[in-house]
This record gives sequence, structure tokens and C-alpha cells, in this order.
Amino acid sequence: MTTSSQRRIDMAGLAIALLLLALAALVWWDQSKLQILSPYDLGPKVMPIVVTVGLTLLAIGNGIAAFRGDLPKRDSLDWKPIFLILGGLTILIALIALGWGFMIGTAILFAATATAFGRRAFLVDLLIGAGLAVFVYLLLGKLLTLSLPAGPLERLL
Amino acid sequence: MEAFFSLANGLSVAIQPMNLLFALIGVLLGTAVGVLPGIGPALTVALLLPITFKLDPAGSIIMFAGIYYGGMYGGSTTAILINTPGESASMATALEGNKMAKAGRGGPALATSAIGSFVAGTIATLGLTFLAPYLVDIAIRFGPEDYFALMCVAFITVSATFGDSPIRGLTSLFIGLTLGLVGIDILSGQSRLSFGVPELYDNIEVTTLAVGLFAVGEALYVASRRHIEEEKLEPVRGSLWMTKEDWKRSWKPWLRGTLFGFPIGALPAGGAEIPTFLSYSTEKKLTKYPEEFGKGAIEGVAGPEAANNASAAGTLVPLLTLGLPTSATAAMMLAGFQQYGLNPGPLLFAERPDLVWGLIASLFIANGMLLVLNLPLVGLWVKLLAIPQPWLYAGILVFATIGTIAANPSPVELIMLAVFGVLGFLMRRFDFPIAPVVVGLILGPVAESQLRRALSISLGDPMVLLQSPISATLLFIALVALVAPFVLKGLGRFKAVED
Repeated sequence: MTTSSQRRIDMAGLAIALLLLALAALVWWDQSKLQILSPYDLGPKVMPIVVTVGLTLLAIGNGIAAFRGDLPKRDSLDWKPIFLILGGLTILIALIALGWGFMIGTAILFAATATAFGRRAFLVDLLIGAGLAVFVYLLLGKLLTLSLPAGPLERLL
Repeated sequence: MEAFFSLANGLSVAIQPMNLLFALIGVLLGTAVGVLPGIGPALTVALLLPITFKLDPAGSIIMFAGIYYGGMYGGSTTAILINTPGESASMATALEGNKMAKAGRGGPALATSAIGSFVAGTIATLGLTFLAPYLVDIAIRFGPEDYFALMCVAFITVSATFGDSPIRGLTSLFIGLTLGLVGIDILSGQSRLSFGVPELYDNIEVTTLAVGLFAVGEALYVASRRHIEEEKLEPVRGSLWMTKEDWKRSWKPWLRGTLFGFPIGALPAGGAEIPTFLSYSTEKKLTKYPEEFGKGAIEGVAGPEAANNASAAGTLVPLLTLGLPTSATAAMMLAGFQQYGLNPGPLLFAERPDLVWGLIASLFIANGMLLVLNLPLVGLWVKLLAIPQPWLYAGILVFATIGTIAANPSPVELIMLAVFGVLGFLMRRFDFPIAPVVVGLILGPVAESQLRRALSISLGDPMVLLQSPISATLLFIALVALVAPFVLKGLGRFKAVED
């Protein structure tokens, strides 16, 4: 451990504190629209108020920790895999929303995640992902009769 | 001796072929996910919830319990062979176990952890069998205010008392409580934090939250720091069997580990980390071979492994008798009960004794199955570690998304999954504990409704919380548990320096 030469304000920690404060404000604003209907019930407002107070106190606590530089040390971060995985998820969500079914998107998510973890064979992984999607569709959709979003490909099976 | 009778009845349920099959699937899956880094038992149960929705409740719950126990066995294999504990509960095992594997004693390390897990699991399940009826008798007398106070205790101990930082733990809890507010308030029919989105009106799905935090969050986190660490698999060399000397040095740590694991698991203290580390440091103090500690002492594997299995059984005590989950996996099992409209607690023991006792009896069977699966077949499990990491995580994400959409066929559910994934990533990066979020989401609404029920019975008089002796005591415990980590902070730092 390095002894504290000069403790700097942890900007990320400060951002966390501000986010918590924003969340507290949101909960407070939301409960202000509720009505208390029954005189014998504590009403729906009490719990949100408790949560607001708690979040505000914790925002202060996290803020103090950020100012004192008390946050745990963080390693360097590689952003590319994060974008790849979230990108794959976004494509999957978009394809399902557009009514294309889940198989194409699932194959893309599989290949994107594999790439994020260092594979360099996107097309092969795309095929593996497609195979996995078919397998899961047969298992869940046909065997366990769960409803999965169907597009043109799913109707062929 | 009522417990014996109930257990015998349970056994007749547990040995039905279908239930035996479910137990077998459970322990197989559990061992597999315990071995694989990146997926734990909590995530596995979460992924299986939507799939098991249409199956028989007793069978599914027996399977979930098998996964829980299996995960505890499997985690040790990874900890010993690649020094990356599959579960936080196996962290202490990795300390000595990996050293043993490096010294060519991986076989005995695996053996002592498997046999120790069996011994501890069996004793602790016996403990569960005899303790549960007593606790049920007490729990029957609980009024709504007492339940509310009990949940306050669970909130505090799970989030604040035993973590690294009480502030970060409580922050996680309150994020969970906030998520628990989302949806229509049953008592008044008004919607909270829903912003007109229909998918939000019927509450946030526990599975979506858990899968997002555990699967997506973990994948993002591991991918983002892949450039930092490389894992190395130690081959299992030499004999699998323990020598007479190994047995002699193992049996006492097994029993001591059980004594730490079961009671601490049964208290609402959250998880298996504390008893495993307590067991590790005890064995380090008591050993006749102090020079071996840090270089691969078998006591340092035997004790913690027994402790983590015993604590898994201990966690089931508050879960089954009070409906109180104290670890992430227990929280997911509670969600498993709830998806069939079953609420664990004293009533369930009265209404569905077949189910509860069938589950408890099947735990004994699962333990026996696990011993067989893990000792002679350990080589097979090790092969799982050969799955390339890219395919492993890609597969996890595929199952995570499909499981989520199968439960709630709507793109909005997947958007929530992605958002919770990013939340899980950030929480890992900044070292916020994950389990309190899940516990907050599940227990928050329950605590609220108990509080409101208590106050409407008392016609709005809040003093009811202090007039009931049970509730007053529990609230006092919660207060102490909340204040203690702040007061004792200096002590903790002192200890860290000493080590």
C-alpha cells in the first residue's frame, strides 16, 4: 500500500454520489403524486419516503468517501469488449422489437460476445450461435412450450 | 422425535423416481456451474426459473437445492486447480488448495474437500431437520410487526455488518429497495416509479434483475479486464486418494468447519464467506504444522470446504422456516417458491409438509450423489474447464437473454436486462456487493406490506413496533448490527495491519 502522499478527489465516486442523489429526487418526485386513500392504511407514500431519506444519506456518505479518496483501487479498463457485448445486446433487442424473431439476434450476440473475449473467427461463431439458437428454440419453444418471439426463421422450424 | 417422522415421510417423496431424477439434474448442473468460473448457483437458479415455470413445484425446488449444494462442491474444484474460486465461498479454499495442487497434491486436496463437504453437508442437513420444527413453532407466534423487525435485521446484516464497507453495502440494499417500489402498490392500487411503461406496472422481475446483475454484469466485467489476468489450470497429478496421515489431519477441521458454517449460515448473516475465513484462521492457529500454511496445508482446505457446505444447509433454515433469504442463492430459491405461489414459512410446513420435508430429505440424497460425482468423476469436471472462455461467456449471454425473453416476451424486458447488466458491471468495478440488491428487491415489498399490516391493526400507532417484545428485541439487534461496523472500523483496520 502506498501511503497517502496526497489524496485526490475521486471523480467517479463523486459521480456515484450525484447519481444516488438524483435517484433520491426521482423517488421523492414520484411519491409526491400519490394519494393517501384510506385513513387506516399507512399509505403508499411511507416506503418511498424512507427510501428517499436512505438514498440521500447514502449519497452524502458516498460523497464523503469520494472526497477522502476512500474508494477501492480500480484496474485499467478495456472499453472495446464492453461496447461489443452491449452492441450485440442492442442488435438483439432491435431485431426482436422489429419482429424478426430472436434467432438472428442471438447468433449475432453470441459472435459479438465471443469476439469481446478475444476470438477472431466471427463467421464461425455466428454459425455456432445460430446452432445454439436453434437448439434452445427446439428445447424451450417446442419441448417446454414456452413462447419465444418468432420471426420468419422461427416459423420455418 | 416428530422430526424423524416428518423426515421419513419426506423420504418417501424424495425417492420417487421423478424427484430422484430432478435431484440428479440439480447436482449435475450445480457441480458444473460451480466448476465453471463466471456462473454461480444463484445465476443458474435464476436462469432456470422461467424454464421450470411449468414443471412440478416439488421437483423443481428439489432441483434448485441440488444446484445450491452442487455449486458448493464444484466451486472447490476450480479454486484448487486454477486458483480462481468459482464462488466467493471458495476463496479460503484457494489459499491452500491451489498451493497443494502446485505441489502435486491436487488429488488429496480435491478428496478432502469432497469428503469434508459430504460430512459437513450431512451433519448440517441433520441440524436443519431438527432445528426447523422448533423455529416453525416460534415463527407461528410472529405478528406482522415481528416479521417487519426480522426483515430489518436481515437487511442490515446482509448489507452492512459483514461487508468491506457498510456504506457501499447499504447503498446496494437501497438500490434494491428502490427497485422494489416499482409497480402497482397492491393496497392502494396506485403505480409507483412506473412512468407509464406497462412492463413496469407489474413489478420488476427478480429473474431479470438477477440474470442482469450476475450474467451480463459478470460478462462485461470479465471482458473489460481480460487483458490483466491469465488463468492457469493445474493438472491433477498423483493419487486422488488421501493417505492415512491426510485423514488424520482432515477429520477435525471438517467437524470444526461444520460448527462454524451451520450456525453462521442459519443466522441472517449472509453467505458463506465469514465461516470459511473463520475456519481457515482457526485451522491456521490450531495446526501442528504451522510451517506448511501458505505452502499447501491440508487443514486449510478441509476446514473451509466443510464450513461452506454447512453454511449452505444453514441458510436453508431461515429460508424455509421464516421465508427469509440471507444469500443470493437463497433469494433466488425464494423466487422459485414464489413462482408457484408458495410462501416459505411456518404455514408452508403445515400446508405442504410433503414438499418441505421432501426437499429436506432430498438434500441427504443430493449429498450422497455429490460425493460419488465429485470423487471418482472429478477428472470429468476438470474437462469442463477446457471450454474456451469466449464460447463459455457467449453461451451464458445467449441463455440469459433467451431465458429472460421466454419469461416475459417483450423487448422492454431485455432493455431492463441490459440496464441491470451495466449496473452489475459498475457495482463490480466499484466494489459494491451484489446480493443486497436482490435481497432488497425481494424483501422490500414484503417488509412494506408487513409494516402496513401491523400499523393498520394498531390503528396507526407506531408504538406497536416496540410493544411486542419480539419486535423490540429484533429492532434493537438491527440497530446494533447497523452501528457496530462503524464503531468497530478502527478495530478492523488494526487487524488488517496485524495480518
